[in-house]
Amino acid sequence: MYAQMVKSTGAGVKSLDEMEPQERAFQERINAGDKIEPKDWMPEGYRKNLIRQIGQHAHSEIVGQLPEGNWITRAPTLERKAILLAKVQDEAGHGLYLYCAAETLGVTRDELTKMLLDGRMKYSSIFNYPTLTWADMGAVGWLVDGAAIMNQVPLQRTSYGPYARAMVRICKEESFHQRQGFDIMMTMAKGTDAQKHMAQDALNRFWGPSLMMFGPSDENSVHSAQSMAWKIKMNSNDELRQKFVDQTVPQAEYLGLTVPDENLKWNEEKGGYDFSQPDWDEFFDVLRGNGPETTERMEARNKAWDDGAWVRDGMMAHAAKKKAMKVAAE
Amino acid sequence: MSTNDWPLWEIFIRGAHGLSHRHVGSLHAPNAEMAIKNARDVYTRRKEGVSIWAIESSAIAASSPEDKGSLYDPADDKVYRHPTFFDIPDEVGAM
Repeated sequence: MYAQMVKSTGAGVKSLDEMEPQERAFQERINAGDKIEPKDWMPEGYRKNLIRQIGQHAHSEIVGQLPEGNWITRAPTLERKAILLAKVQDEAGHGLYLYCAAETLGVTRDELTKMLLDGRMKYSSIFNYPTLTWADMGAVGWLVDGAAIMNQVPLQRTSYGPYARAMVRICKEESFHQRQGFDIMMTMAKGTDAQKHMAQDALNRFWGPSLMMFGPSDENSVHSAQSMAWKIKMNSNDELRQKFVDQTVPQAEYLGLTVPDENLKWNEEKGGYDFSQPDWDEFFDVLRGNGPETTERMEARNKAWDDGAWVRDGMMAHAAKKKAMKVAAE
Repeated sequence: MSTNDWPLWEIFIRGAHGLSHRHVGSLHAPNAEMAIKNARDVYTRRKEGVSIWAIESSAIAASSPEDKGSLYDPADDKVYRHPTFFDIPDEVGAM
């Protein structure tokens, strides 16, 4: 979900009988619930797919710091500011856990960073939207982190050990993120008319993009079928989206806010809400690089990388000098 | 793009007094001192530890998964190493 539309390299899911013995043994381990560890044999497609998925997920955590970083200096109170700082620092941490999981698959963090910076790798579409008011900090925590949790909780059971362990750490911290967002929304929704209006406006703008976070329907996708067979994707996009809507609508009602969807209706038969699909044309346009903030996000990441070059190089030079001095002294 | 990649370090954390250090993940740092500082920020933001070890990943020797059979085989036929191998009559009491 932070990894949308990850294309697999497989042509379709092979049955056990179609597999070579090594691949079959691998698939049987996955079916039995075994974890795959870095030095174990794995099909090339599994490795490549995971690098793309974990890389995209890591990039989303890193780029995801930008919309919220925008409000650190303008938080309404010192306490809110300290909390937001801690949250943004967590996102950096999540990025690092994930890069370190990806690195166990034979790619370096710097290679992944380079692929993000030159546009070869993507991050979640959601972070290409602007955060215009303080209420957006509430909406991002409540909806965006809420949607992320939907996807990340099942990924704690994913077949690749380092990825699953990173997810366990991330999920522990995500719940703080969602609650801090909902807390902002509660305060705004109980505030003045102007504040309540801001809260409603934030929900209006973030509802559709949050639904898009799960990616388009993948019921018939061979890519998804392969990822699910490998247990690197645990649920279909529609399944998670439905779960998210069912969980979020009552929360919006509690806040006294209106979900911006006139087709939203409880469906007793299926035990869930009927709702409108988000604007998928907009989604594909954002993925093509035409999101409202895409240029700014990429510029900010490139600038941070370029401006930090002297620090990275200086630290290495210092470490080399210290090492040489130590050798000379021995 | 700098080619000056920081080396990779494996991080081990003692969760509480009396426990052994446990592997929690890895990170990049130019030297040991910075590896510990980065580990504090990355892995102990919520008081997850009382002590940190950092070791360069390249310095770790590991058994390989292919060894699984041969490396652990000798333990297979020595079930008598477990106390449950022996039947002690009930009247002897706890042992």
